[in-house]
Amino acid sequence: MKILKTLLVTAAVSVALVANTAHAETKKIALVVKALGIGFFEAANKGAQEAAKELGDVEVIYTGPTSTTAEGQIEVINSLIAQKVDAIAVSANDTNALVPALKKAMDRGIKVISWDSGVAPEGRQMHLNPSSNPLIGNMIIKLAADNLPEGGDVAVLSATATSTNQNVWIEEMNKVLGNYQGINVVATVYGDDLADKSYRETQGLIQSYPDLKAIIAPTSVGIVAAAQAVTDAGKAGQINVTGLGLPSEMAGHVKSGASKSFAIWNPIDLGYSATMIAYDLIGGAEAKPGAELKMGRMGAVTLDDNNEGAMADPFVYDASNVEEFAKIF
Amino acid sequence: MADVQRADGHGADGQRVARHIPDRREGRAARMLKGWEALLVAVAAAIFLVNSFASPYFLDPWNLSDATFNFTEKAMIAFAMALVIISGEIDLSVASIIALTSTAMGYAVQLGFDTPALVTVGLATGLLCGALNGALVTGLGLPSIVVTIGTMSLFRGLSFIILGDQAFTGYPASFSWFGQGYVWWVFSFEFCLFLLFAVVYGVLLHRTSFGRTIYAIGNNPTAALFSGVRVGRVKFLLFLLTGLMSAVAAICLTARLGSTRPSIALGWELEVVTMVVLGGVNILGGSGTIPGVVLAALIMGMVTFGFGLLNVPGIVMSIFIGLLLITVIALPILYGRLRRRVTH
Repeated sequence: MKILKTLLVTAAVSVALVANTAHAETKKIALVVKALGIGFFEAANKGAQEAAKELGDVEVIYTGPTSTTAEGQIEVINSLIAQKVDAIAVSANDTNALVPALKKAMDRGIKVISWDSGVAPEGRQMHLNPSSNPLIGNMIIKLAADNLPEGGDVAVLSATATSTNQNVWIEEMNKVLGNYQGINVVATVYGDDLADKSYRETQGLIQSYPDLKAIIAPTSVGIVAAAQAVTDAGKAGQINVTGLGLPSEMAGHVKSGASKSFAIWNPIDLGYSATMIAYDLIGGAEAKPGAELKMGRMGAVTLDDNNEGAMADPFVYDASNVEEFAKIF
Repeated sequence: MADVQRADGHGADGQRVARHIPDRREGRAARMLKGWEALLVAVAAAIFLVNSFASPYFLDPWNLSDATFNFTEKAMIAFAMALVIISGEIDLSVASIIALTSTAMGYAVQLGFDTPALVTVGLATGLLCGALNGALVTGLGLPSIVVTIGTMSLFRGLSFIILGDQAFTGYPASFSWFGQGYVWWVFSFEFCLFLLFAVVYGVLLHRTSFGRTIYAIGNNPTAALFSGVRVGRVKFLLFLLTGLMSAVAAICLTARLGSTRPSIALGWELEVVTMVVLGGVNILGGSGTIPGVVLAALIMGMVTFGFGLLNVPGIVMSIFIGLLLITVIALPILYGRLRRRVTH
């Protein structure tokens, strides 16, 4: 019977530890992530808590499975349905597999949105993208232009020639190129999202274009390799490497001067906005094409025909904040 | 595995035990197992009680019904797995069989198959996988742990090659009933199937001569062979059974998710084995009961759900289950040592 006693004590202690702090009027918003213990999502939770504090009558339940499986997320969603939470905001491990569970949640009056990684339209009321293709396309050229008041030659280091995301972003970038006077895009090369190939392609760019002032790499693999190649060629400070990258991987290159700034989504803002949107839906706002949903300090999001919306411009990281975010993701 | 250790006069804990020849089925072992099930009932009752007090949402018929989905599919496989482990073997490829079966059914959907045909495709795939495991273990005499670690990668690998980062969807509405349908009130099809299999496997193991041969093989395959038991054939059938039950679980899970990805049921093999061992089945073979496995399934399901209701992070659940498992394995061994020290 020793095991029984141990069990009872363990159970009693865990009950005491997680004693229910909910108040009668508090709205419960669950932030369901792909898996617990991932820096990106911990940061999103930070944003969600910030939103809860700002709203006052919200309790955020930050939860998720231990590994990134759809089955694990379904178990979590079932227990959230059982607790009768008011809203579920989920970053899905599987676009389709969560649909039956989330449909059940909506049937029982729970507001369901997806963010970061989306759910198929029939399984959610709206999806929040961190940004949009036009915003990203504009941001990557703006990052280069902001450091080139006199204009100059820039080159693009992309992933593969067939990667959809990068091609769309570059296309969007070319559309707004006219807004940035004096900026010439001299070449687009492909590093195939391989560190060594991206490195060699960057070396090629440096040799072929002696007047090159900036390299735009809208890929987290390419940007690091390009920054390394520029540093190794002794061109740090002369050629600015920018684009989309992860703060943890880029912090060193920002410090060395090879990259003045780069962009990526801000997970804190994402968690904050998802919570705000969920709260807006609980308050009676309707998610339908064309609707505007409130996101607190992030403004408002307008839904497209698929009930999807873009949060904001990609967030810019430079010497002033990259260290802080490098700890997160 | 077990018999090598026992044959040289050493128990599982490495102590010299030659003086009394343990009869694993009768006497002490049987009595202890009976005590074991009583203990599991007490644990299950305690968890039920704690859960009811800890969360106001626990004692709701629909919530409890939703919670059964946490364990029904795994438990169905656990029944067949219990038989395999009692016979002294193990099948670690079950979760990968789910992946391959689900992929095969998803492929069949693209070809326009209807629900009965999908079920047939699923069951056939599971049986084929089981037959491959069984043939490698009994035909070539390879250790089952090695064979099934291999096929674990093989089956899921095939699934990854076919699907990549894509998903099969578009299952017919009648198919989804297997994972989302209810037979009566809150009793889901899956839960009823779980109860049915519990009875079927209970009878098979405890009330038939086939069941007795499984114990005989697990305790001493050589002696069983000399007694006229066709050891190879029985083991082959057991691997067919785990393949078949994995296919049944795959049908339920696929129907519940409404889609197939190669990562489906990732890591389930360990949860199934945990369930079996927690149920009092000796991991070295030779002893264990189906009621024990049923109780273990209920315990694991309730712990998962209860912790979920309190929003305890999943990792704490894993730690709890891990501790429970170690305690469960260590307890009989400690008890045995203590007894020997007292009697000698």
